[in-house]
Amino acid sequence: MPAALVNVPAKAKRGAIIEIKTLMSHVMEPGYRHTAAGDAIPRDIITSFTCRFNGAEIFRADLYPAIAANPFLSFFTTASESGRFEFEWIGDNGFVANASAVITVD
Amino acid sequence: MSSMFDPLHLSRRHLLQLAGTVAATSALPLVTVRPAQATPAMLASAIRNLVGEAHVQTGKVRLDIPPLVENGNTVPMTVSVDHPMTPDNFVKSIHVFNEKNPQPNVANFFLTPSAGRAQVTTRIRLADTQKVVAIAKLSDGSFWSATVDVIVTLAACTEEMP
Repeated sequence: MPAALVNVPAKAKRGAIIEIKTLMSHVMEPGYRHTAAGDAIPRDIITSFTCRFNGAEIFRADLYPAIAANPFLSFFTTASESGRFEFEWIGDNGFVANASAVITVD
Repeated sequence: MSSMFDPLHLSRRHLLQLAGTVAATSALPLVTVRPAQATPAMLASAIRNLVGEAHVQTGKVRLDIPPLVENGNTVPMTVSVDHPMTPDNFVKSIHVFNEKNPQPNVANFFLTPSAGRAQVTTRIRLADTQKVVAIAKLSDGSFWSATVDVIVTLAACTEEMP
């Protein structure tokens, strides 16, 4: 399983806007580079990231080769109720990785 | 005065004045088409694919990138939109484009009203000194944009691997 790092506050007040930070270890090989011998290095990137809260999609990103290696994404959401965030990264060559985090809202 | 624009007698001061004028005029429009750029047409067509015939207004969007980047392999970028996030009036998506990487697209972000704040941070690659354009699509169908010029000293993407 590739290493994912997810940062979600464990607790939040109802209605508060919270920041979610995610980091996924991945080379993000853009597909435009060559070896010293002149061979093209094939593309190998993460193409899609999705964040769901209690099953409903709250944030999605399409990624292109212009995203740096080990893609970092941070975004915001409103803490409405306690529940579980699920994160999914999908990429070339059948790459799939998942992570989750729980939040308590009071 | 008569020797001012004589190419044989152009002084350093005149060249600098000239360069300053060019930079000032080209910084004004949103997507300028300057002849020396590699793929401004690709950038324009990528934006056209997104917005169709709609008019893209300047404003609302804020694109934070360091103006001078030493390493184009990882450039921190924050894009935010100064707009409410309510169920009937919100930022639907934010799209980031560049001018001189091999591909004009950088990323698309799709938001929901529950985001509370339309702001996304990531790290991008820049293959050259170039413009980066962010376009926000609002729920009313309007498009807003911001453009930033970034100077890159070490380029990303196309270097050789040992």
